Amino acid sequence: MTAPLLSVRGVKTFYGRVMALKGVDMDVNAGEIVTLIGANGAGKSTLMMTICGNPRAREGAIVFDGRDITQMPTHEIARLKLAQSPEGRRIFSRMTVLENLQMGATVADSADFDADLERVLGLFPRLKQRIGQRGGTLSGGEQQMLAIARALMARPRLLLLDEPSLGLAPIIVRQIFDAIRTLNAETGLTVFLVEQNAYHALKLAHRGYVMVNGLITLAGSGRELLERPEIRQAYLEGGAH
Amino acid sequence: MPAAADILLRVEHLTMRFGGLVAVDDLSFSARQGDITALIGPNGAGKTTVFNCITGFYKPSEGRLALRHGDAAAWGALETLTAGGKRSSKADGGALYLLERMPDYLVAQQARVARTFQNIRLFPGMTVLENLMVAQHNRLMLASGYTLLGVLGFPSYGAAERAAIERARSWLDRIGLTARADDPAGDLPYGAQRRLEIARAMLTDPVLLCLDEPAAGLNPRESAELNELLLSIRADGLSILLIEHDMSVVMQISDHIVVLDYGVKIADGAPAAVRSDEKVIAAYLGVEDEDVAQVEAEVRA
Repeated sequence: MTAPLLSVRGVKTFYGRVMALKGVDMDVNAGEIVTLIGANGAGKSTLMMTICGNPRAREGAIVFDGRDITQMPTHEIARLKLAQSPEGRRIFSRMTVLENLQMGATVADSADFDADLERVLGLFPRLKQRIGQRGGTLSGGEQQMLAIARALMARPRLLLLDEPSLGLAPIIVRQIFDAIRTLNAETGLTVFLVEQNAYHALKLAHRGYVMVNGLITLAGSGRELLERPEIRQAYLEGGAH
Repeated sequence: MPAAADILLRVEHLTMRFGGLVAVDDLSFSARQGDITALIGPNGAGKTTVFNCITGFYKPSEGRLALRHGDAAAWGALETLTAGGKRSSKADGGALYLLERMPDYLVAQQARVARTFQNIRLFPGMTVLENLMVAQHNRLMLASGYTLLGVLGFPSYGAAERAAIERARSWLDRIGLTARADDPAGDLPYGAQRRLEIARAMLTDPVLLCLDEPAAGLNPRESAELNELLLSIRADGLSILLIEHDMSVVMQISDHIVVLDYGVKIADGAPAAVRSDEKVIAAYLGVEDEDVAQVEAEVRA
């Protein structure tokens, strides 16, 4: 049994005195797509951000590819090729689309740049049309595409996607999920995904975790979780109609 | 076109250019009184730009944006008002506003169009209750005689403030945030911030509520709760203009859908017609996975 690519053990994260993560344990193996689902406010984005060292875990350990990154500065974590497309996009709004993508590629091998650029622009043709425009002038959904594309430009060994479907047209959401599946199958890209659309996420993922109030309460294969009635009730059901 | 009597908002030949980029190109549509009208379309189609024109955040390059208050007979003054230089005209029991002539704060205060934002813009450091009190600022300023009577301790101001708190309280109940009333708004989870933003907009006492992606970041259960909230707001007689990508919201609660692509209208009609429109499927919806539809049906059964 090889060690997981990412291993989170007993992680506690605080905002001031409020404990947002209350001892989280989870793993992502190389080549896997793993998803984290849970209600708003459960701590999913906090876990994503804690993995990247901002905020820092107050207790516990985060190990990436055999190295303890718990206390490592965020920019050094990024150099290990752990890339995140964060919630709320956080693109560089005064830089052009191309410059944003160049920023994403700073940790990648520059010899790959042209091929990678072509690949992400093929995935998001809209960005090609906007390539010289400043990021801040893009529409909300286009900024979301740019955030994902920027993360992909890093050639990440682990890609963290925080709600990639946020604000995107249904047809684009489908394209993104197809692209994640293809990249995973063809290049072995490892993905850790937070998503509100639990059905799509669980169907795409090899494994899933469920977070409730800062704790992992359930784990299993995507299919197993999809079949559990409590999951259906809490995250899939559309309520009374 | 719907009968003129039903129309609340008329968007006519709206065009918005940014330098050489035409974000909205000669767009015309109407929203009926008491309807939920949805504006959908691919990313970058110009939906938020339309909102920004209606709410006065942008001054349109061309076009007319007319909103009616009260009696439908107010529409009779439209051409006279357009020919004259004024922003609005009042008649017995009604009024007409040309939104393209008004700055954003007057669109909110006089034309009574309220909005929410794609990126939540609450006052994060203020408490939940304070956010709802700020929304009632104009009403309270009036009651306090622009501070003067309030400072002098006139009882009318105290009564107005108590009424404002009462209104805020009833909204807190309605959006399920009574227990968080004294917490900073920025500490709320995303879904709760979205609901609070809607309540804050409602407390400005609008005739038209514009919501920019209110379901973004909500899970299916929360989206369903949002549907209930929006339907209850409509049941109170308010009209809603909605931008949304979550089709479980749009298709279930909209009375009327307008579809934009590259700033141009490609479809306009009832949800059933729009959903099966080939241009809309090609540009926006895509082909639905059979199993997704199946699971959704199963789960709702």
